[in-house]
Amino acid sequence: MATDGLHENETLASLKSEAESLKGKLEEERAKLHDVELHQVAERVEALGQFVMKTRRTLKGHGNKVLCMDWCKDKRRIVSSSQDGKVIVWDSFTTNKEHAVTMPCTWVMACAYAPSGCAIACGGLDNKCSVYPLTFDKNENMAAKKKSVAMHTNYLSACSFTNSDMQILTASGDGTCALWDVESGQLLQSFHGHGADVLCLDLAPSETGNTFVSGGCDKKAMVWDMRSGQCVQAFETHESDINSVRYYPSGDAFASGSDDATCRLYDLRADREVAIYSKESIIFGASSVDFSLSGRLLFAGYNDYTINVWDVLKGSRVSILFGHENRVSTLRVSPDGTAFCSGSWDHTLRAQPQALLLEVALPGLEPSDRPGPSAPVNLRGRARTTCKTTCSGIKMGPVSQKLPKPAFQSTLFK
Amino acid sequence: MAAGPASHGGHPRAQKPHLSKMERMVVSMQDPDQGVKMRSQRLLITVIPHAVTGNDVMEWLIHKYCITEEEALHLGTLLVRHGYLYPLRDPCHLELRLDETPYRFQTPYFWMSTLWPAAELDYAIYLAKKNIRKRGGLFDHEKEHYDQLHRKISHTWDLVVMQAREQLWAAKQRRKGDRLVIACQEQTYWLVNRPPPGVPSVLEQGPERNSCTAGRVQMTVDFYRREVECLRKALGRARVKSSVCLEAYLKFSSQRGPHDPIMSGCLPSNPWVTDNDTYWAMNAPSAAVPTRLRVEQWAFSFRELLEDPVGRAHFMDFLRKEFSAENLSFWEACEELRHGGQAQVPALVDAVYQQFLAPGAARWVNIDSRTMERTLVGLGRPHRHVLDDAQLHIYMLMKKDSYPRFLKSDLYKDLLAEAVVPPETKRRVFPFMRKPRHSSPSPALLPASASREPSGGDGEA
Repeated sequence: MATDGLHENETLASLKSEAESLKGKLEEERAKLHDVELHQVAERVEALGQFVMKTRRTLKGHGNKVLCMDWCKDKRRIVSSSQDGKVIVWDSFTTNKEHAVTMPCTWVMACAYAPSGCAIACGGLDNKCSVYPLTFDKNENMAAKKKSVAMHTNYLSACSFTNSDMQILTASGDGTCALWDVESGQLLQSFHGHGADVLCLDLAPSETGNTFVSGGCDKKAMVWDMRSGQCVQAFETHESDINSVRYYPSGDAFASGSDDATCRLYDLRADREVAIYSKESIIFGASSVDFSLSGRLLFAGYNDYTINVWDVLKGSRVSILFGHENRVSTLRVSPDGTAFCSGSWDHTLRAQPQALLLEVALPGLEPSDRPGPSAPVNLRGRARTTCKTTCSGIKMGPVSQKLPKPAFQSTLFK
Repeated sequence: MAAGPASHGGHPRAQKPHLSKMERMVVSMQDPDQGVKMRSQRLLITVIPHAVTGNDVMEWLIHKYCITEEEALHLGTLLVRHGYLYPLRDPCHLELRLDETPYRFQTPYFWMSTLWPAAELDYAIYLAKKNIRKRGGLFDHEKEHYDQLHRKISHTWDLVVMQAREQLWAAKQRRKGDRLVIACQEQTYWLVNRPPPGVPSVLEQGPERNSCTAGRVQMTVDFYRREVECLRKALGRARVKSSVCLEAYLKFSSQRGPHDPIMSGCLPSNPWVTDNDTYWAMNAPSAAVPTRLRVEQWAFSFRELLEDPVGRAHFMDFLRKEFSAENLSFWEACEELRHGGQAQVPALVDAVYQQFLAPGAARWVNIDSRTMERTLVGLGRPHRHVLDDAQLHIYMLMKKDSYPRFLKSDLYKDLLAEAVVPPETKRRVFPFMRKPRHSSPSPALLPASASREPSGGDGEA
């Protein structure tokens, strides 16, 4: 089968080497227009002040690892899926569970909320993506109305509704992505090009609404045209599996999180990687990434149980959040940017809104005398400071002072 | 140990870059000059060399990576949990203590990447040794495993016991210090590979993934041909200078900063912080009076105006005044086609044609002749993308012509002036007097009309 349809002078090896040499040429071309680095351009932007984020809601109810979650467009509801096959819909504001369904398979790695809020989709080791309409009728069994939409030949790693409830985009361990018609289960378009499992995808917020990006175990992030099924752009700079991809709010770039412990920003117009978010002390892979509403912050959940918050423009880390007791598997900012929710293998989901605490310079005080935390605070409930919301009277916006060296106060052991 | 290092051809290491990074870290920690301060630890009458304390480890991490104490502690704890550091006293719990507890670096033989996965036989021998050394010295979960293994490999159990005795005897020949160290090393190894119940296993990686080499995707001629094709196209692509692209981020971030609840808070208050969902009520998709920030956002881009149902409705009003409302209606119909169900495609295409494109149609849209020709030809075999060209043409028309006029219009200016700026809610002084959190009606409860919103429509909240 490997030698079918060969043209003259063409062998598998010659094609492979041609691909390699073209890749090299492409990198040269991309480098030609790269005249400045992002952190250089961002020098004139004010640095961000200290961030303190507090967990406001902890959603407990999954008996096993939480693998995926998605927000509803109403900004408060959440669907989450776990290793034991349970998919739960929560009103995370009240922490009530509104619906629960048990899938016939374990490791439900993908779940998504429909744009209308009337249905959810999920899938995992069953190789399928199923859509469940949400109903409050007590007599109806949610599982009875289940619609099996997508069929892959390997596990489902990610799914997302497109602009309506009628179409679903899926990514699978069989190396392909696919677009399906929900009503009939028909395959509308398939996307081939990844050389290994596809782990994540994200739809582009664009005017024509026709592209999406996917990342996979072949270390490639690929941008696809949904209409033709063709790969439009491909980026291969990561050193390991790409676990998560997310578009920058303007749609001109996207970020990726990978097992190589870095997050990277790729610009689509410049056609290259433009920033790397990494630190020597971060050695575990990033499992999921998402931007804040303005794109200034990048939240990334890691396999070392932490969440790191990056300044997208300056490339520096703004904050590190502890609190989860096992790896963070999924992280999404809410549709209106008021909070983000992280799900973890420690069986919980945590919703954390952003509360910006400003370092107000008080004259005559040494850094260690300052009130409030001068280092990110452990969120395991032992924070000794209160989390203030924005107060009128203090200048809003980022503060341009240098952050003091963190004081060595142990907040864990008394 | 019965089994040698696992021979996976580098597979585990390649799939777990964090392990090699931890190993590099641990190696540099043991550097005689730059590493952690080592000391000899006295345990009763034995002296163990090359021991470190939790504090030293933490200080070293803080110094080397410029991180806070908390992060250093977390990192150190992860090193211990993965078995790269083991405590010399009480090795039942793998955590980094900041007291005088001595730790040592695990021998590479027992590193996670070397001996992965742990062999059943080795575990049986280890448990047998423990059992022989101290009757009833096994923990509950270990007893369970022991019985399980006994049942499983009962045919070679004699071998297991024999090996165990051999190893115990060989150990007796060593000095007390060495014996203690080896015992701790082994115990840590098994704590990592067979964690007691309630302790999360660091070995778990989730469903198996395949990288390029293992190949679920057939690397056929077609695959490479496609790749070459894609690369050729990519080479011919028009690129924009980095400086231009990056400047755009700065502009975008600063423009959106005030709209980002993270950066600037939200008025009246962030619902998650104050348990007050007025913010959501004021910004509901169908709010009668939109907030100022919301109206300002309509000026950022045409897409955002259309994505907001209230914005779109006002734009429609404006177009009606200009007698070009059919453009927006046509665009909406095309969106419905593109994102609708497959079964509805032929009917929808026909309806759109009749209403907007046919000669003498009630709401005829003005498309250039070339696009119209192409569209009409495509209508012969209707599919969901047959109207894409026409839709794009009309979209651009609105964006370049009607949209700028809308932003300059009195209608928009009035909207801005009337827009609400909510007053900030003061945070309650007594946070424990919580208002009960009210449930909002679920989008799923509302009538089916809600589900027909094709593009970017918010679920009614």
